[in-house]
Amino acid sequence: MADLKVNIGKLELKNPVMTASGTFGYGLEYADFIDISSLGGIIVKGTTIEHREGNLYPRMAETPSGMLNAVGLQNKGAEYFASTIYPQIKDIDTHMIVNVSGSSIESYVACAEKIAGLDHIPAIELNISCPNVKQGGMAFGVTCAGAAEVVKAVRKVYQKQLIVKLSPNVTDITEIARAVEAEGADAVSLINTMLGMAIDAEKRKPVLSTITGGLSGPAVKPVALRMVWQTYKAVKIPVIGLGGISNWKDAVEFMLAGATAIQIGTYNFVDPAASVKTVEGINEYCDRHGFASVQELIGALEI
Amino acid sequence: MKKYIVDLVVTENCRPHENYCLLKLTSESTLPEMLPGQFVQVRVDNSPTTFLRRPISINYVDRKKNELWLLIQLTGDGTRQLATLTEGCRVNVMLPLGNGFTMPEITSGSQKILLVGGGVGTAPLLYMGAKLKEAGFAPEFLLGARSKEDVLQREAFSAIGTLHVTTEDGSLGETGYVTSHSLLSSIRFDRIYTCGPKPMMVAVAKYAAREDIFCEVLLENTMACGIGACLCCVEKTEQGHVCVCTEGPVFNIKELTWQI
Repeated sequence: MADLKVNIGKLELKNPVMTASGTFGYGLEYADFIDISSLGGIIVKGTTIEHREGNLYPRMAETPSGMLNAVGLQNKGAEYFASTIYPQIKDIDTHMIVNVSGSSIESYVACAEKIAGLDHIPAIELNISCPNVKQGGMAFGVTCAGAAEVVKAVRKVYQKQLIVKLSPNVTDITEIARAVEAEGADAVSLINTMLGMAIDAEKRKPVLSTITGGLSGPAVKPVALRMVWQTYKAVKIPVIGLGGISNWKDAVEFMLAGATAIQIGTYNFVDPAASVKTVEGINEYCDRHGFASVQELIGALEI
Repeated sequence: MKKYIVDLVVTENCRPHENYCLLKLTSESTLPEMLPGQFVQVRVDNSPTTFLRRPISINYVDRKKNELWLLIQLTGDGTRQLATLTEGCRVNVMLPLGNGFTMPEITSGSQKILLVGGGVGTAPLLYMGAKLKEAGFAPEFLLGARSKEDVLQREAFSAIGTLHVTTEDGSLGETGYVTSHSLLSSIRFDRIYTCGPKPMMVAVAKYAAREDIFCEVLLENTMACGIGACLCCVEKTEQGHVCVCTEGPVFNIKELTWQI
């Protein structure tokens, strides 16, 4: 049994496997299938200060080895989260991390402040990369100035661990990563979904109500892996890798490319037990290759 | 209800129609309790262009044989792959998902109950009819199809209750759509359960609303996770957007925002 512990800033994870925001609900949705407390962390559904109804149906299109979504941050708001969801999840024995989103600097700050008051939430993942909302979201994440501005403002009010989730829909993700590192981010997570589109040829209409949506699933894995590797070389803060990870082998690849921890997203829909199986698989890999600690894998790519 | 992920074994996979397969699955252990109207998520291995599970409504549960029946419309690569499974193949299934139809109070046994279906939407009505019969009711079925050969599982429906049919070409039963069937103007039903193409369900809902009849519809919105995590399958309701997979798939028409 290898030592699977990794550190994201001041946060020690029992293992490097987390679940990605928007694919795992609040964790409870999966509790019938797996022991969710055995995970390194759970990033809960994107939360905004205000209640959001999200985009109109249809919001999903399946694509080869992937899917497009256009949910648009549907959630009942930070107050509802604090009063109704938080009491149900606060005692789960893993790190429950809230994905925080907004449509203006003020709304990001307000949401982060609200979540900061919840003792059992040790970190937030700042979502500056949602492609599915008209205002804000990705708009902040596609320029260095925008990303820096929102991270700076949130950093002032949020003292716990601040992870910033980056968009792949940029020319050079390493510049954005450096910009948020400079403003005090404790870690970056990447990638959020890639902007895509699906068309119904028979109906000559877009499949999604929003026309475009975010692509996820195994189809995006090579792109995500490349971006993790580039970002790992560009920043000193930990990189959390995600994008199409389905199993331990994918997870190990991301760690070799430089990820300190990984998140499993879309594949949770195919196999709700994918995350716990990945923990087991990483451990077996470490044993098989003689690694006493999983941390030895981080950036161990031999070139 | 507790949800499970189980490996089931194919006992039979027949083709009652060129566009449908009837997949019968069993388990070494006793299948969990499943309610009519609930659905399952079937993992499809070796499908060339799909990777998500396929949400399929529960067609029937044969407790004596410990069998789960899934009537599957072959609409794409995923469902076509399911049609190629043969006896002995293993299939990974998440079940039971969503909420079932509301059963009538047992004490009001004289209630007239109608189950209206079209297309693959007839599938969940078989199990619902069987449960109603078991509870002492005499369900009537009204099934609509394009043509005679498109009315599936006729014998199974007839064994459970009275079967009425409409076909668009008049090859079986009355000619036209379900909502034009003479049954609706001759009998006053107390409850209607319906599943099928959206225009059909809207028409049935309109009839039920006009006649002030309790009516539940089973929706089939496009889904990814099936357990309320992805928020893709939402339906607009009086409470805003809700997940069909966890708040439905069965809804009372009064909860929906359909123009009826």
